[in-house]
Amino acid sequence: MVIERNTRKVTKGVKKTNRKNLSDYGWAYLMIAPTILGLIVLNIWPLIQTCYLSFTKTSGFGKNQWVGLDNYIRMFSDSSVMHAVINTLEYTVISVPVGVIISLFIAVLLNSKIKGKTIYRTIYFLPMVSAPAAIAMVWRWLYSSDYGLFNYLLSLVGISGVKWLTDPNIALISVIVVGIWSTIGYNMVILLAGLQEIPKSFYEAADIDGAGPIRQFFAITFPLVSPTMFFVVVTTMISSLQVFDYIFMMIDKTNIAMEKTQSLVYLFYKYSFITNDKGYGSAIVMLLLIIILIITVVQLKLQKKWVHYQ
Amino acid sequence: MKESLKSKKIIIHGILIIGSLAMLLPFIWMIITSLKNLTESTQVPPTIIPRQFKFSNYKDVWDLLPFGRFYLNTILMLIFRILGSVFFSAMAAYAFARIKFPGKNFFFMIVLIQMMIPGQLFIIPQYNIVSKLGLLNTISALVIPGIVSAFGTFLLRQFFIGIPNELEEAAILDGCNRWQIFWKIMMPLTRSGLIALGIFTALFAWKDLMWPLIVNVSIDKMPLSSGLASLQGQYSTNFPQLMAGSMIAIWPMLLLFIIFQRQFIEGIASTGSKS
Repeated sequence: MVIERNTRKVTKGVKKTNRKNLSDYGWAYLMIAPTILGLIVLNIWPLIQTCYLSFTKTSGFGKNQWVGLDNYIRMFSDSSVMHAVINTLEYTVISVPVGVIISLFIAVLLNSKIKGKTIYRTIYFLPMVSAPAAIAMVWRWLYSSDYGLFNYLLSLVGISGVKWLTDPNIALISVIVVGIWSTIGYNMVILLAGLQEIPKSFYEAADIDGAGPIRQFFAITFPLVSPTMFFVVVTTMISSLQVFDYIFMMIDKTNIAMEKTQSLVYLFYKYSFITNDKGYGSAIVMLLLIIILIITVVQLKLQKKWVHYQ
Repeated sequence: MKESLKSKKIIIHGILIIGSLAMLLPFIWMIITSLKNLTESTQVPPTIIPRQFKFSNYKDVWDLLPFGRFYLNTILMLIFRILGSVFFSAMAAYAFARIKFPGKNFFFMIVLIQMMIPGQLFIIPQYNIVSKLGLLNTISALVIPGIVSAFGTFLLRQFFIGIPNELEEAAILDGCNRWQIFWKIMMPLTRSGLIALGIFTALFAWKDLMWPLIVNVSIDKMPLSSGLASLQGQYSTNFPQLMAGSMIAIWPMLLLFIIFQRQFIEGIASTGSKS
């Protein structure tokens, strides 16, 4: 009798949880529906489309014709695409380490006990809240070979007429400087948040042991901030590989340095929306995807060597 | 000992001030140039303080381009993008963080895939969708790709995971349904996360150049980012006017940032530490 009553209680309980679960499922699906549907329509399906388009040729009237690997074959014999790969990699290989090291340096300085931290932080972050077109225009003006401030200042020490943006050997470096300048604040803020999580007692202990600031940096700061560093390196790297705005705004179409500065995303924009060859544009951006995936895998492998998770 | 600490601080300030000057120089030069007349701007050696303040550069540029429309278009784009991405992301993030349901991992994969793929991979088909719907050169065109946010879902999920179970269990015992728990209990508790996502969304939507450049080519439908870019195309050598235009475009966001700098910086910092 007692047993029977108990089992009845249990089954009732199960039923109740079942009903609760079912209503939970309903709510869950309802709540993820807008985001998931949006992502499928705006991202997942477009991803498949772009992949498909990269095997087609866009002819007149917006018709797409299947051409197999033609776009890819054309791409590997197209010197401007190959240059763009090199330019994009060069941009990334220079701007990521230099930018991250400067950001870390500033973040470490701001993490010490000094006054005016908020003001410094605000100033370093300013480029981050400015429109890229405005940044590009003022830097173009500073770089101007005839009237620019930089060339005037250099003329005072006897160097004259540097063609910052039209000399094919310098132009990319000039753009990289702007890229680094505009992202220091962003990376610094994220690194500073990471630094602030390191317990002060670690440094006090190191002080007692007589470890100097450089020793302290490599023994305490760097290992403990390395997970944040890893995040910053990965995100900066991915956004550097997608560089477009500054090149688009600072290098004119007729600029002789174009070949040595244009990035993959710039070429993607040019082919997809200026010359309206969307098939070729898709192939270029597929190439970018493959490069990013390879670099990300390498990053994940390398992180074991230098990132310390507590 | 005290003496060395003091000199250490002076060195730190020295480095930070030099760095600050490097950060500020382009902005200062922008303001100075925007107040010069064309002849003075091309003078060698350049003048630091304009001989004659030519405020009319601002008026001239304002008349050249429909900056009023640019402001309006930008504000509308930001409002809809923020509302859409914050609201939809919060809903999805709550479900992913706090409810067990079949297929959860599969659906979360979709979120992760979007985050890992560079945005350019979506642009051509997104353009085709907007074009097929007849929405080119509209505010909707500016809003559509940002109406939902995989990054936002991921970010807010981290915030929801951090909330203790007890509150939710108590609410369930009280007979609240999932929506009530989400809306009345969870949303207020993740306020800092919602603000962070709002700021992040606004910042990146406002800085985005390629998408507005592609979808809205008619000048009175452009936001500030591409509208300003079009100024360079038309008047590429008149730097005082280009600088005045740049100032007109960036001052509202600079001012917002300076007023709410703590929220901005904490928001951005939390996107780093939560991810």
